[in-house]
Amino acid sequence: MAVLFQKTKGLTDRETHYCPGCTHGIIHRLVAESLEELGVLGETIGVCPVGCAVMAYDYFNCDMVEAPHGRAPAVATGLKRARPENVIFTYQGDGDLAAIGTAETVHAATRGENITVIFVNNAIYGMTGGQMAPTTLPGQVTQTTPYGRNTDYSGFPVKVCEILREVDGVAYAERVAVNSVPHIRKAKAAIKKAFQNQLEGKGFSLVEVLSTCPTNWGMTPVEALGWVENKMIPYYPLGVYVDRDVHHRKEEEA
Amino acid sequence: MAKKYLMKGNEAMAEAALRAHCRHFFGYPITPQTEVAAYMAKRMPKLGGTYLQAESEVAAINMVLGASAAGMRAMTSSSSPGISLKTEGISYIAASDLPALIVNVMRGGPGLGGIQPSQSDYWQATKAPGHGDAQVLVYAPSSVQEMVDLTIRAFETAERWRMPAMLLADGMLGQMMEPVSFPDEVPLPPEKPWALTGTKGARKPNIVNSLYLTPSQLEQIVKERFQRYEKVKAQEVLCERYKLDDAQFVLVAYGATARICKAAVDMAREKGIPVGLFRPITLWPFPEKELAALGGQVKSMLAVEMSMGQMVDDVRLAVNGRCPVYFYGRTGGIIPTPAEIEGQIVKMANRKEEA
Repeated sequence: MAVLFQKTKGLTDRETHYCPGCTHGIIHRLVAESLEELGVLGETIGVCPVGCAVMAYDYFNCDMVEAPHGRAPAVATGLKRARPENVIFTYQGDGDLAAIGTAETVHAATRGENITVIFVNNAIYGMTGGQMAPTTLPGQVTQTTPYGRNTDYSGFPVKVCEILREVDGVAYAERVAVNSVPHIRKAKAAIKKAFQNQLEGKGFSLVEVLSTCPTNWGMTPVEALGWVENKMIPYYPLGVYVDRDVHHRKEEEA
Repeated sequence: MAKKYLMKGNEAMAEAALRAHCRHFFGYPITPQTEVAAYMAKRMPKLGGTYLQAESEVAAINMVLGASAAGMRAMTSSSSPGISLKTEGISYIAASDLPALIVNVMRGGPGLGGIQPSQSDYWQATKAPGHGDAQVLVYAPSSVQEMVDLTIRAFETAERWRMPAMLLADGMLGQMMEPVSFPDEVPLPPEKPWALTGTKGARKPNIVNSLYLTPSQLEQIVKERFQRYEKVKAQEVLCERYKLDDAQFVLVAYGATARICKAAVDMAREKGIPVGLFRPITLWPFPEKELAALGGQVKSMLAVEMSMGQMVDDVRLAVNGRCPVYFYGRTGGIIPTPAEIEGQIVKMANRKEEA
């Protein structure tokens, strides 16, 4: 009988610690499948964030390093400069990438570091129990915005792809979601492209994945998928924000 | 005889790092160590290495973490306020059992402080180089030649013990010029089976990590690291003794201050005071046993520092009451003169015995 689907070699057999209904597991699978399909698992070094994916080093079946909170793009820069022949990726949440690590993110992008960044945006700090994230939506109730995020007081959500659109070193930035099968298929294509770009030396590639946090959103998994569709996507439009060959452009300038 | 070059401390140190096969330097400009970055920016591209100016000290130390995790000799260099920013990364590097070289060309603090030489980061380097139970190797050069020699040694010991090493210099050593020579050949770094290279499908993944959520596991790992520290203490202590054979009074000083103390010792000896100098070269591990033994043989000691008195704590702990330990220091970027220190030696020699 033909095998239609099997677990990717890019993931270990470790049971994950993610909550029921959390879509980190899907995103892990998409990253791992992409690496396996591109035949680069043995060349890959991943960088874990601080946040829910902090223990991703137990799940990805490749060399892994754990970075301080927000510093994954700097750690990845060190890895890539040391081993340009390897495939380097970071896997970061919204607090990690868009709050404490904003400087590291934007500057790795400005340098056009030839790395792949997987940015998981679930609009909340999951690991610490549901506090306001830089990407928490206006009005969204969290542990630290108990009356809803008041933008006059707490500011506005950070739109990472929109910011990176203005950064010259960015080769590729796309926002995807994993709340439905069609969205998951698009997300897979985006993630694979972000790695393919690195293999082609195109420059900094980031995929922002809108993800769920049923536990801290106080929703069932199904409600959470709907919240992504009805609340997050309108604020964070899906699509390709940047797609160009930074490396090639550098050669033209030279 | 090895060829001599007249070089600034900062540049000599940078050249030494290159000769020690370091090809990955991540920095951020700060006075008084910026020559290191400038030197690296010029030389690294010619050697096929990486000089990268990071967006911050925080980023620079994490780039070092990445390059070191990849198995490369990597370093960063800064001065006091910048080192404060690096302490997060230093803690992670120590906790991940990674080697790295961090250079601190100390300036006056706290806060933005000043840009003149200081030794007021001793506590930070030796007691709290980052959060958590951890130590870094701390080397305190006293000459431009030692900037060279200890840089090379620091890379080697950091790799031997899989821990970060710090070269704790000061603005005076960084900025002054002296003749130096370099070793003809520095051994290549050892194989690093733990390094992140990609599995190539030939081994299980390597993981470089500092997270252990189970308290008993974390305690075990920290304890094992401290057992390693005990071996470091037994094997890596360095110190210099100057005119101590017949000394009844001892100055204890490191780095640039120790040079001034040598002149003060000579001046005091001309007046017939039997004084010598004990110079810790490694500040961690601190030469505890050597100082303890000395404490039982002399009348008193005087720690001299360009700070309000930091190393003096370790001197007192080591001596443990065997003799009185006094302190003299200047801070804020002021360098004590030999005459000033000689005056303190005379004062010490004239003190009544304290019980």
